[in-house]
Amino acid sequence: MIAVVGASAAGLTAVQTLRREGYDGPLTVVGDEEHMPYDRPPLSKQVLSGVWEPAKVTLPSTVDASWMLGVRAVGLDVPGRRLALSTGDDLAYEKLVIATGVSARRLPFGSDLAGVHTLRTLSDALAFKAELAAAKSVVIVGAGFMGSEVAAVASGMGADVTVVDPLPAPMIRQFGPWLGGLVAKLHADHGVRMRLGVGVTGLRGDGRVSGVELADGVVLPADVVLVAIGSVPNTDWLAGSGLSLTDGVDCDSLCRAAPNVVAAGDVASWTHPVHGRRIRVEHRMNATEQGMAAARTLLGKGEPYAPIPYFWTDQYDVKIQAYGLFPEDAVPEVVAGDVGAGKFAVLYRHDGRVTGVVGWNLPRDTRQLRSRIGEPA
Amino acid sequence: MKVVIDQDKCVGAGQCVLLAPEVFDQRDEDGVVVLLQENPPAELHDAVRQAAQVCPALAIELAES
Ligand SMILES: Cc1cc2nc3c(=O)[nH]c(=O)nc-3n(C[C@H](O)[C@H](O)[C@H](O)COP(=O)(O)OP(=O)(O)OC[C@H]3O[C@@H](n4cnc5c(N)ncnc54)[C@H](O)[C@@H]3O)c2cc1C
Ligand code: SF4
Repeated sequence: MIAVVGASAAGLTAVQTLRREGYDGPLTVVGDEEHMPYDRPPLSKQVLSGVWEPAKVTLPSTVDASWMLGVRAVGLDVPGRRLALSTGDDLAYEKLVIATGVSARRLPFGSDLAGVHTLRTLSDALAFKAELAAAKSVVIVGAGFMGSEVAAVASGMGADVTVVDPLPAPMIRQFGPWLGGLVAKLHADHGVRMRLGVGVTGLRGDGRVSGVELADGVVLPADVVLVAIGSVPNTDWLAGSGLSLTDGVDCDSLCRAAPNVVAAGDVASWTHPVHGRRIRVEHRMNATEQGMAAARTLLGKGEPYAPIPYFWTDQYDVKIQAYGLFPEDAVPEVVAGDVGAGKFAVLYRHDGRVTGVVGWNLPRDTRQLRSRIGEPA
Repeated sequence: MKVVIDQDKCVGAGQCVLLAPEVFDQRDEDGVVVLLQENPPAELHDAVRQAAQVCPALAIELAES
């Protein structure tokens, strides 16, 4: 029996790949959400804005497997090849796929106040959307891609939106200060306030949140707060399993975490054969590609996993697309389009090589520039 | 084989065009997929299947005959 823990993008892809590649034995998927696999990227976009009915996020998952939904894996015995489940039962397996993803990171205070949200699951999205509709002042803590996307949707719904981040520009961790500056300007042009370079020190409110305290002493009024400060790999259930967990589940270049155990998606880190360093990629495309690669490894058809990661984000009428990697000190250069016209593509160079390309409303050129990744710069 | 695309779900990733440029293209303005041929010839079927599997929006559906 092959067991898959995590019933989302990476787990589903692994199951589909196992079947497609000819595995015809028993397959069991254990997933702690009640739903069949669904797609998360639309949650902060079409679902939040109301353009899509929530049901539209369901992923097509007609595949021959048994699904144990609403069940958590709570322990793993690698040599004994057994999972411990939240139902109190054990599940014996021959091979295992770990695809448990990540959870939203929380602030160390205030999570018990009504009106304070995180956004990772469909139920998070529906709960947040319901409150957003009536909100006057929304504060978003964190100016990463998620905080930035939600700021765009919330301001479109008529709320007064402020984004707070201790870093000097939005999405700076993804794409550096130059592009971050353009994202900041995009938000300012749409009336979203950015309080950058200042941290959040507390949340105010009695039962329900009423304000957000900043390190400079300012208190921002808020009826609804979204905490979008990154994520934590879901590996708590693997404590004591003996697996190496320095960055999510540590894998080799074939997605192997231990004999007969592979991992894929947001939870898995591996040493990228081309870049020569350990990375973990929290992107939708990677969940699919790594799910495929991990499944092939289990069937003895594995190859070193060396993808060019792909990521996109939609904010207002801007689609930002990125292929490749963007080390902190990579240097951007505009190579196509025109920044002033709001359509351009940027190559990033690092250590004498092109490592990535970012497009801003320029999808076709950006895709074509992807082929330059890896060339000496 | 019949190819059906869902332009509403497409996120403009261009993975399909990288794999099967004879079958898929992208609109200039927003990168949304455009189908060049609905019934691709047999020699393209493998590439089209790969595109459908890897599309991050699962926006490509295939009816195999
Ligand atoms: C709001 C939002 C917007 C996003 N937008 C974009 C975007 O625009 N572009 C992009 O590239 N990426 C985006 N992403 C990221 C993308 O959705 C993820 O990369 C992708 O979902 C990862 O898939 P996964 O299967 O690895 O993990 P997940 O989707 O996190 O799934 C893991 C599953 O495992 C379950 N699980 C965890 N622990 C256990 C356990 N012990 N037992 C059983 N089940 C368990 C979880 O409940 C979950 O269902 C977005 C993510 C979110 C949340
Ligand atoms: S791979 Fe999918 S999301 Fe990307 S352009 Fe093609 S259809 Fe659209």
